[in-house]
Amino acid sequence: MALLEVSNLHTSYGAIKALRGITFQVERGQVVSLIGANGAGKSTTLNSISGLLKPSSGKVLFNGRDITGWRADRVTGLGLVQVPEGRLVIANMSVEENLWMGAYPRKDRAGIQADLNDIFARFPRLAERRTQKAGSLSGGEQQMLAVGRALMVQPTLLMLDEPSMGLAPLLVNEIFHIIAEIKDRGIPILLVEQNARKALQIADYGYVIERGTIAYEGPAEQLQQNPKIISAYLG
Amino acid sequence: MNITQQVVNAIWLGGVYSLFALGYALVFSILGVLNLAHSAVFMWGAFIGLVMVTQFSFSVWLAIPVAMLGAGLIGVLLDAVAFAPLRRRNAPRIAQLISSIGAAILLVNIAQLIFGTQPERFPLGSIPTDTIEGLPFRITPIQIIILLVSVALMALLQYMVIRTRAGQAMRAVAFNQRVASLLGVNVSGIFRMTFFLAGALAGAAGVLYGLAYNSMTPFMGDQVALKGLTVIVLGGMGNIQGAVVGGFVVAALEVFSIANGGSNYRDAFVFTLLFLILLFRPQGLVGQKEHTRA
Repeated sequence: MALLEVSNLHTSYGAIKALRGITFQVERGQVVSLIGANGAGKSTTLNSISGLLKPSSGKVLFNGRDITGWRADRVTGLGLVQVPEGRLVIANMSVEENLWMGAYPRKDRAGIQADLNDIFARFPRLAERRTQKAGSLSGGEQQMLAVGRALMVQPTLLMLDEPSMGLAPLLVNEIFHIIAEIKDRGIPILLVEQNARKALQIADYGYVIERGTIAYEGPAEQLQQNPKIISAYLG
Repeated sequence: MNITQQVVNAIWLGGVYSLFALGYALVFSILGVLNLAHSAVFMWGAFIGLVMVTQFSFSVWLAIPVAMLGAGLIGVLLDAVAFAPLRRRNAPRIAQLISSIGAAILLVNIAQLIFGTQPERFPLGSIPTDTIEGLPFRITPIQIIILLVSVALMALLQYMVIRTRAGQAMRAVAFNQRVASLLGVNVSGIFRMTFFLAGALAGAAGVLYGLAYNSMTPFMGDQVALKGLTVIVLGGMGNIQGAVVGGFVVAALEVFSIANGGSNYRDAFVFTLLFLILLFRPQGLVGQKEHTRA
């Protein structure tokens, strides 16, 4: 049984059908990348899993449990944690308050404090700015904070929505280093990215979304060799 | 004119205004909508307190928490009936505003049916009204109670919002509902809690106001409704500290206009202030720029 199994998912915005039967899965310990053009349905897929959007049909199984159409806070409570597009740290809270907010579903104060220290050790730049308002951080620092905040939940599966969007090339590399590090700790990741090259380099398995359905899938190494994908997404 | 006396009057009256306006500010900060039924909840708080004292022989001290609980529950009901169904349909904010006006009319009419329209009072002897001797100004025990209760409740609210887990969740919802829900916050639950808190504060303010003037009618909310709005405009919409500061400013303006023979124009002074603030400092005295909510 896969960790996450999505089958034949349909989601609409009013009359516009954004997802037309998406089927894919994430195995334990894997990094899976969803790539595709702008508007293909990548973010809609994540939002339909995390509960920000209600799918009109289809099924989402997480750890064997049917969570289709669940409210977002309950999905997060299960350890299926989405870092939304555009970072969205809470601007008027300090860095440290944002991280505590990440631990909202948890009750173990001592464990939270330990994880907080761990995050600060891993992201020294966040430690330097721990009392600063999150809104005053740079784009790259906000992305680190958003990822750090999601790690505070102790996720069973981390879903990242366009983590490199709008970042300078140097920072993009840094964010992908962080993703690789999270992978090394054994936390599975579902990654949505427009930067297809980097997304496939880091992934074990990949899916290509075109107009609301899965057009190609395969081990990431194979997808990187596929001439159609090279010309459309890696060229 | 005795300045000290006016300052004392402004302080206890300001306590009531701030307490009342905090409920507006709380709801506005997380929903971005004015709850115009807030003054009706205030009135209900006053009557619940009154009924506790007259029918159940409660002391004033005990009547206040009961009125807070009752008014808080009316607040939750208000959310469930007047706001939540519109939110679910993604109705525009103006629809929620109008819905709250309807709820206010309904709440006032029900109170008219039950309590009539003649002014009601707390029975003699239930509130200590003798002036405290030996001070350079006039103050009654009830005015001291009003000040202590309102300051204590404001401090408690501030502590709750800044320090507690529930307060953090409220701030997260106020910032962005989608992000808050991804962080594991039950957004509807936070809405209910906010309406409960706002109602409870209005209820306390209602009892205190009733005690101060000892005359309660189903229309008593009208006397504070627009003043409360002035307070939050002054403080910066949805700004909690701002509502506290604004309450004292509006009370001071009112008290000093009365003391200077402007009793008939006291509301004119308050609303001139509202007008000037909207004109020259729409973000409020304490507020920051750029707030584009309805």
